[in-house]
Amino acid sequence: MSSTFETIANIIAETCDIPRDSITPESHAINDLGIDSLDFLDIAFAIDKAFGIKLPLEQWTQEVSDGKATTDQYFVLKNLAARIDELVAAKGA
Amino acid sequence: MRLEYFQLIDRVVDLDLADRRISCEATVPSVSTVFEGHFPGFPLMPGVLLVEAMAQTSGWLVSSINKFKRMSFLASVKEAKLRTFVLPGYVLQIESKLVHEGSGYAVLDAKVKNNGKQVCDATITLRVMEFPNQELAGEMLKMAARVGLTPEMAAHG
Repeated sequence: MSSTFETIANIIAETCDIPRDSITPESHAINDLGIDSLDFLDIAFAIDKAFGIKLPLEQWTQEVSDGKATTDQYFVLKNLAARIDELVAAKGA
Repeated sequence: MRLEYFQLIDRVVDLDLADRRISCEATVPSVSTVFEGHFPGFPLMPGVLLVEAMAQTSGWLVSSINKFKRMSFLASVKEAKLRTFVLPGYVLQIESKLVHEGSGYAVLDAKVKNNGKQVCDATITLRVMEFPNQELAGEMLKMAARVGLTPEMAAHG
C-alpha cells in the first residue's frame, strides 16, 4: 500500500502536470511547486475522494490569516500528509 | 432567460436536498441582441451561456444546501460538451447534482436537456464563501424568490 505522501504526490503530479520526481516530502505546495488556490481545489477534491475525508481548507486558511499557523504546517507535503493521516484516524475513531 | 441581465434560470422545478440535486427550467428568448451577432442569419444560443446556465443551476442548489448563508462563485468548468445546437425558443431543462461538498468548494455534475434530449453537460466547481457584502446577500434572496426558490424550500427540499 502506498504511503500518504506517495498518494498525494501522485495526485499533485497528475492534477497539476508537475514531474513526479520534483515532488518531495519537503516540497511546499505553493512556494516550491507553484500550485495556486484554484489548482489546490482540484487537489483537495482528489485527496478528499482518495482518503474519504474533508480537508478543512477554510479552517487552515483562516488560521494562516490570523497568524495562528504558518503555511508550512499545512502545505509542506510531509506536513500535509501528517494532517491527512490525523483526519483519517479521526474518521475511524 | 433574461440574457441581458445574465439571469439564465426562469424557475426551479424540483429541489431534492436529500439526494442533493436540482432541476430548473429556462426558455431561450425568441429575440435578443445576442442573436444579432451570434450569428447573423443563424441565431444560436452561445455555448458559454449554456455553461453559465449550468453554473447558475448548480449555484442555486449549493445556496439551498447552505440555506442562503453563503455565496457560490464559478471556479472551474471541466469536460464541457456542447452536443447540439440550441435555438431561440427552446425550453431547456437544466439539472445539477452535487458530487462532492468540500471545505469552501463544491463539485457538481450538470446537464441541459431539450425535450428529453441532452444538449450539453459539464462538471462544475464552485467556490463557496461568505457573502462579500449584505447587499449581495439581500439581492440573492430576491433572485431566489424570482426563480421560485424560497428559504422554506431550501429548508425542506
